[in-house]
Amino acid sequence: MAIASFVFYLLAAVLVACGALVITVRNPVHSVLFLVLAFFNAAGLFILLGAEFLAMILVIVYVGAVAVLFLFVVMMLDINFLDMRRGAQRYAGIGGAVGLVLLVEILLVVGAWQLDPALAGTGAAPTPAAAEMHNTRALGNLIYTDYVYLFQGAGLVLLVAMMGAIVLTLREREGVKRQKIADQIARRPEDEVKVVKVSNRAGI
Amino acid sequence: MDALPIMAPALPEMFLAVAAMAMMMVGVFTKPERAPALVSALAIAALLATGGLVVAGGTAFQLAFNDLFVVDRFAVFMKLLALAGSILAIVMSEGYVRREGMNLFEFPVLICLATLGMLMMISANDLIALYIGLELQSLALYVVASLQRDRLRSTEAGLKYFVLGALSSGMLLYGASLIYGYGGSTQFGALATYFSTLEEAPVGLIVGLVFLSAGLAFKVSAVPFHMWTPDVYEGAPTPVTAFFAAAPKIAAMALFLRVMMGPFGGLVGEWFQIIWFISAASMIVGSFAAIVQTNIKRLMAYSSIGHIGYALIGLAAGTEEGVTGILIYMAIYLVMNVGAFAVILCMKVKDRMVEDVSDLAGLAKTRPGMAAGMLVFMFSMAGIPPMAGFFGKLYVFRAAINAELYVLAVIGALASVVAAYYYLRIVKVMYFDEPAETIDPIETRGLRVVIAGASVLVLGFIFYPSLLANNAALAALSLLQG
Repeated sequence: MAIASFVFYLLAAVLVACGALVITVRNPVHSVLFLVLAFFNAAGLFILLGAEFLAMILVIVYVGAVAVLFLFVVMMLDINFLDMRRGAQRYAGIGGAVGLVLLVEILLVVGAWQLDPALAGTGAAPTPAAAEMHNTRALGNLIYTDYVYLFQGAGLVLLVAMMGAIVLTLREREGVKRQKIADQIARRPEDEVKVVKVSNRAGI
Repeated sequence: MDALPIMAPALPEMFLAVAAMAMMMVGVFTKPERAPALVSALAIAALLATGGLVVAGGTAFQLAFNDLFVVDRFAVFMKLLALAGSILAIVMSEGYVRREGMNLFEFPVLICLATLGMLMMISANDLIALYIGLELQSLALYVVASLQRDRLRSTEAGLKYFVLGALSSGMLLYGASLIYGYGGSTQFGALATYFSTLEEAPVGLIVGLVFLSAGLAFKVSAVPFHMWTPDVYEGAPTPVTAFFAAAPKIAAMALFLRVMMGPFGGLVGEWFQIIWFISAASMIVGSFAAIVQTNIKRLMAYSSIGHIGYALIGLAAGTEEGVTGILIYMAIYLVMNVGAFAVILCMKVKDRMVEDVSDLAGLAKTRPGMAAGMLVFMFSMAGIPPMAGFFGKLYVFRAAINAELYVLAVIGALASVVAAYYYLRIVKVMYFDEPAETIDPIETRGLRVVIAGASVLVLGFIFYPSLLANNAALAALSLLQG
């Protein structure tokens, strides 16, 4: 138990520190790299909770896709982060005040929160006991068996979104040179390569 | 091992989804100049096949996918209407898309996906399924609204629709989350059972219900959530407007009916006032605001707002007769609206689209067939007997009288008198004004068939009203028993 709480505090401390660094470091690339570290630590916390599937999803989706995408965007766009920071500083006061109010409200709500013991286990999709079913399988049952209709429907919504983005923005540009693989393969050495005898000191 | 959920009742939806994806592949891998026509033909075939599957699936009450999906007679009735609207929209778009620079094979595919969303809405038996269906339909509609991406008005229409649509989806989701919080389930059946045990509905539930109905009222464009309609109808390419005015309205109305009569059927006293107000307001705004319009697409937008108001009278009545009235009204609305838009799609002078009412001047002398068709549709929309539109109004007004909603029925009757003014003005412009520039002859055979067919249906309805009325009554019964 002591080891578990030690690991928890280690991961949590690194996570919070990384979160702070993400928004304070000067170099945006470093900022994204700290974000990646924060994701890894959060994944570690999930493993501590016994939710290894969520941990792996977090690493694969957020580190593998989202953070790398951020990195590309940060590197490819010429954003002046100093200007953005100056703007952020101007609104720091009011932003902090709003954050404080929200924090107090959350504390009040969570502090007063009590779940009726009779309600436990009456949910539409109650969590199965950990001994009976693996958590990956429990999630899979929900997504791919119970709610497969909604899963597929959401997939279609995303398909339409993708189609829409392509239809509305893709333009055929003039003079684009495309690779024609068939032509490349069909070339024969004897058509393309010429052996020339170059006499000494004469050039071609 | 968990058993697979029941899937068979959703076969039409699954077929359409796979067909849409297959069409996309066909579109990408055929030559660009042949792809649009080929995919349009395939889309029409796919939608027809889906309709066949819907009919073959039968009208018995069936649940599928863990009770997220429901098929009953009501769903079959509404799905066939929505499919008909989509098929006709593709048929009518043929000439326009070729001329006006939106000859993309994605257009029919997006229509198919929007139709799939509509079918999912009509069959939704759960708040999440409702939302997914609605979003699938709306997202495809936002894209087709701005399909003429080089024209300012089209992109403006798409953006406006998108922003306001996102806002309404937000309201709908907020309402759904409140309902889930107070009802403890997202499934309509479970909600209905729970609500029937309540002595008095909690305030949070009422707030959720108000937000949910606001979101749905936006989708059917009922006042006071109608602001987007005229701008989007005017800005969107005309075949897209023709599509907007028919199929999505039917699906949203079906959803409205299923939500209000299903889980909230027992709480009729709580939502009756809301529906009463939006119905009356839609009828009044729809008739008065249309008077000053000169653009015929804007005029049709206000006209559709008014028609939704009339249809909602049936919902305010909250009886089986009222639901029957709505079903009949929507079926007739579909036919006359498609017909009117087919005429509007023919309005071009020397290959340039015109959209003003004054451009129709003297149409009776230059193109008598087209003018006669428009005359039939306008008389029907105004509710003049013996056209079909009169019977649509008759059924909903009768339901209102039997439910003792005398004030609403009187407002409806007065509003339809006001509305008759602008419908008849179009007839007057066509028949009694001096001819303006000659409108080009009808371009495609599809449009000619649509105008002729819709006129025959509108005129002939008086001879076979029982055919539609009986089916609508059975469908309404299945909704209330379900």
